[in-house]
Amino acid sequence: MGVLVIAEHDNTSLSPATLNTVTAATALGEVTILVASANCRPAAEAAAAVDGVARVLLADDSSLEHGLAENLAPLIQGLGGEYGHVLAAATTFGKNLLPRVAALLDVQQISEITAIESEDTFVRPIYAGNAMATVQSADSVKVITVRTTAFEAAQVNDEDGGSADIEEIGGGGDSGLSSFVGHELTKSERPELTSAGIVISGGRGMQSGENFKMLEDIADKLGAAVGASRAAVDAGFVPNDYQVGQTGKVVAPNLYIAVGISGAIQHLAGMKDSKVIVAINKDEEAPIFQIADYGLAQDLFEALPELSSELDKRD
Amino acid sequence: MKVLVAVKRVVDFNVKIRVKSDGTGVETGNVKMSMNPFDEIALEEGVRMREAGTADELIAVSMGPQACQETIRTALAMGADRGILVETDVELEPLAVAKLLKAITEKENPDLVILGKQAIDDDCNQTGQMLAALLGWGQGTFASSLEFGDAKVTVTREIDGGLETVALTLPALVTTDLRLNEPRYASLPNIMKAKKKPIDTMTPEDLGVDATPRLKILKVDEPQGREVGIMVETVAELVDKLRNEAKVI
Repeated sequence: MGVLVIAEHDNTSLSPATLNTVTAATALGEVTILVASANCRPAAEAAAAVDGVARVLLADDSSLEHGLAENLAPLIQGLGGEYGHVLAAATTFGKNLLPRVAALLDVQQISEITAIESEDTFVRPIYAGNAMATVQSADSVKVITVRTTAFEAAQVNDEDGGSADIEEIGGGGDSGLSSFVGHELTKSERPELTSAGIVISGGRGMQSGENFKMLEDIADKLGAAVGASRAAVDAGFVPNDYQVGQTGKVVAPNLYIAVGISGAIQHLAGMKDSKVIVAINKDEEAPIFQIADYGLAQDLFEALPELSSELDKRD
Repeated sequence: MKVLVAVKRVVDFNVKIRVKSDGTGVETGNVKMSMNPFDEIALEEGVRMREAGTADELIAVSMGPQACQETIRTALAMGADRGILVETDVELEPLAVAKLLKAITEKENPDLVILGKQAIDDDCNQTGQMLAALLGWGQGTFASSLEFGDAKVTVTREIDGGLETVALTLPALVTTDLRLNEPRYASLPNIMKAKKKPIDTMTPEDLGVDATPRLKILKVDEPQGREVGIMVETVAELVDKLRNEAKVI
């Protein structure tokens, strides 16, 4: 039956999350990837060069330009019947789109899978990752979002370019239900939070947005991304897209440094699969220390400048 | 306009859940239950619209066992005008909830439906998008602000890269993110008043919806634990460990 992966892209390249999704998809069957937007052929060519992608569907239509679920979902619904599985990354794009597709196909979606047991059985976290459910679907098409940190990124063949065929398909059309007004994207020279090898996050203990500069300084020395707990976002220290947690971003870097974060269950849900966890917090009773590999019970306003100068002493 | 909000009864966010020893699920007996936090935000938004005069009626819907009435009472105490309970002992999945809400929406004809973006028990993040699909409505998911204009609502959405703004033709569906508002606590006089507000009770059968689950839960396990770590005394020791022991920097 094959697997349809919905690509997330910027018209020229695929998002890293889509590469993780392709890896999950290859475990289920032959992979077709849908690249939809306006003027997005370069992204389709990039998709054709991804290992494991057998076929690329290119839907190029002005109504698809901003990825509105109202316009994309009917297109995918039309294709969905030909596939055994429809997959997208569990990013805000995939989370917004895929349940709309699932409902149109009369399918109960399976959200944020972390493992594939068989073609109809999947593992997914519930209760902020405090329990793992193994679920089996009897639906004819399985509609699934993929937790990207649970699957490696698929390789991209840079040399021989695209090996998969690109097939242009029609579709699209404006539903008239919604329209794109604008966006305000956070610009950063640092790596993207969900794919960074090192993440340094601040919590309420940072006390102000200004103080996040101390984290940024260290992030730049480590080549790290900067994240935050919900408390820091709610307090207005940093924008919403910094939030790591149950309902924010899920990260699993090689190194996660939590600074001034107490360790609420919902924050742990977003980072506890990190390889090495460091916690810096002056409250030695803070729950974050229970999951940290290395804990330092010290005032962050002393520890951060020291950490910064210690990192300069490279051998 | 008329606003409909759905509120789910879930294990309170402060409870440390326990997986049942037979692996069939999570212990919910004798555990504090509350309104799903994202649904509180949805309800608060409806109450503010009601207070601002943007809305003239606010309906709170809940679904599940009889005890969900308590969740509706909380909603009524926060400011909803009346409640609807769809009573069933079937474990409702998001698709079934969306179908039930569709049936209620078609009876009530609200101009706006506001749901929480996700329930903190099953963490699905599906129902709003599914309901919008079934109704053929526009969807403004993960909303951090709403602005009403001529027969439309402009929704600012929290997305991975920052914020996105979309305009939806009414009637429309919105799901809430954390920054939309800060929900109030119900005052004692309002809790008393809420006891007199009406709650309609119906069943999935009354609404003509087959709510049978599509997914079979084979087992529920504890997640893999982490090994116990160590405390370091100084920043220098920490950096040394990261460089030479963990080898991550």
